[in-house]
Amino acid sequence: MITLTHFLVLGAILFSLSIAGIFLNRKNVILLLMAIELMLLAVNMNFVAFSYYLDDLAGQVFVFFILTVAAAEAAIGLAILVVLYRNRSTINVQDIDNLKG
Amino acid sequence: MLIQTTVFYFFSGILVLSALAMITVRNPVHAALFLVLAFFTSGALWLLLEAEFLGIALILVYVGAVMVLFLFVVMMLDINIAKMRAGYAKYLPVGLLVGAVMAAEMIIILSKSTFEHVQPNAKAADYSNTQELGKLLYTEYVYPFEIAGVILLVAIIAAITLTMRKRAASKQQSPHNQISVKRKDRVRLADLDRE
Repeated sequence: MITLTHFLVLGAILFSLSIAGIFLNRKNVILLLMAIELMLLAVNMNFVAFSYYLDDLAGQVFVFFILTVAAAEAAIGLAILVVLYRNRSTINVQDIDNLKG
Repeated sequence: MLIQTTVFYFFSGILVLSALAMITVRNPVHAALFLVLAFFTSGALWLLLEAEFLGIALILVYVGAVMVLFLFVVMMLDINIAKMRAGYAKYLPVGLLVGAVMAAEMIIILSKSTFEHVQPNAKAADYSNTQELGKLLYTEYVYPFEIAGVILLVAIIAAITLTMRKRAASKQQSPHNQISVKRKDRVRLADLDRE
């Protein structure tokens, strides 16, 4: 019998894996963006699971909006990445220190 | 019920393994392909959760558009993988430790919760997830829906203006210069000596 807890644990594991991915690939901006996409997927999984088990479609509407914003974020992020690579010939996070933050 | 359990464990196993492979493989192209597998498997799990519209939309939008964009950018940029991987072994224990601790904390909390007893009501045979979602989206959530459209429009314009550049070598028309041209710019009366 699959309960809500199963799906929530699955979402938790996915979220933790993407956190670990951000730690491991912290030099590569593309992989950082991919890890963020995976994180949003984990959150969406929780929303869909709650929506199904609590019989409330509002959760699925929320997933719809998260998908929209995530797609926009990926498009703009990759556009910034392309411009960055064109100007600096690198996407290594450690080389991007112009602002000296 | 047994079939649902089997399907859940099968797909969630693939999902976790592909997520693990995505964060550990060397090649960014392989990482993107593993992420495609993760999205595809999540789509299947959402079908199990009777979110048919979102399951299909996830596969169409993510596998079809966003991940193709990722692959396009990965292949377009010439990335020095060896340099990117420098210090990978140093951060491997920390990353895995933080991930494992977070997962353990969340799982401990969730296993103590009372979510076990929550069960969905059985749906009617002619229940359509897409129809219900559409009704909700076009009535109660119509303003957020329109704002989502505006967000996508802004994203399109932002992505194009960020990446568009004028090349010095490329030839292009300037309509402003064309219509504002005057007679004296084009016609020159030369005073030639008669012989």
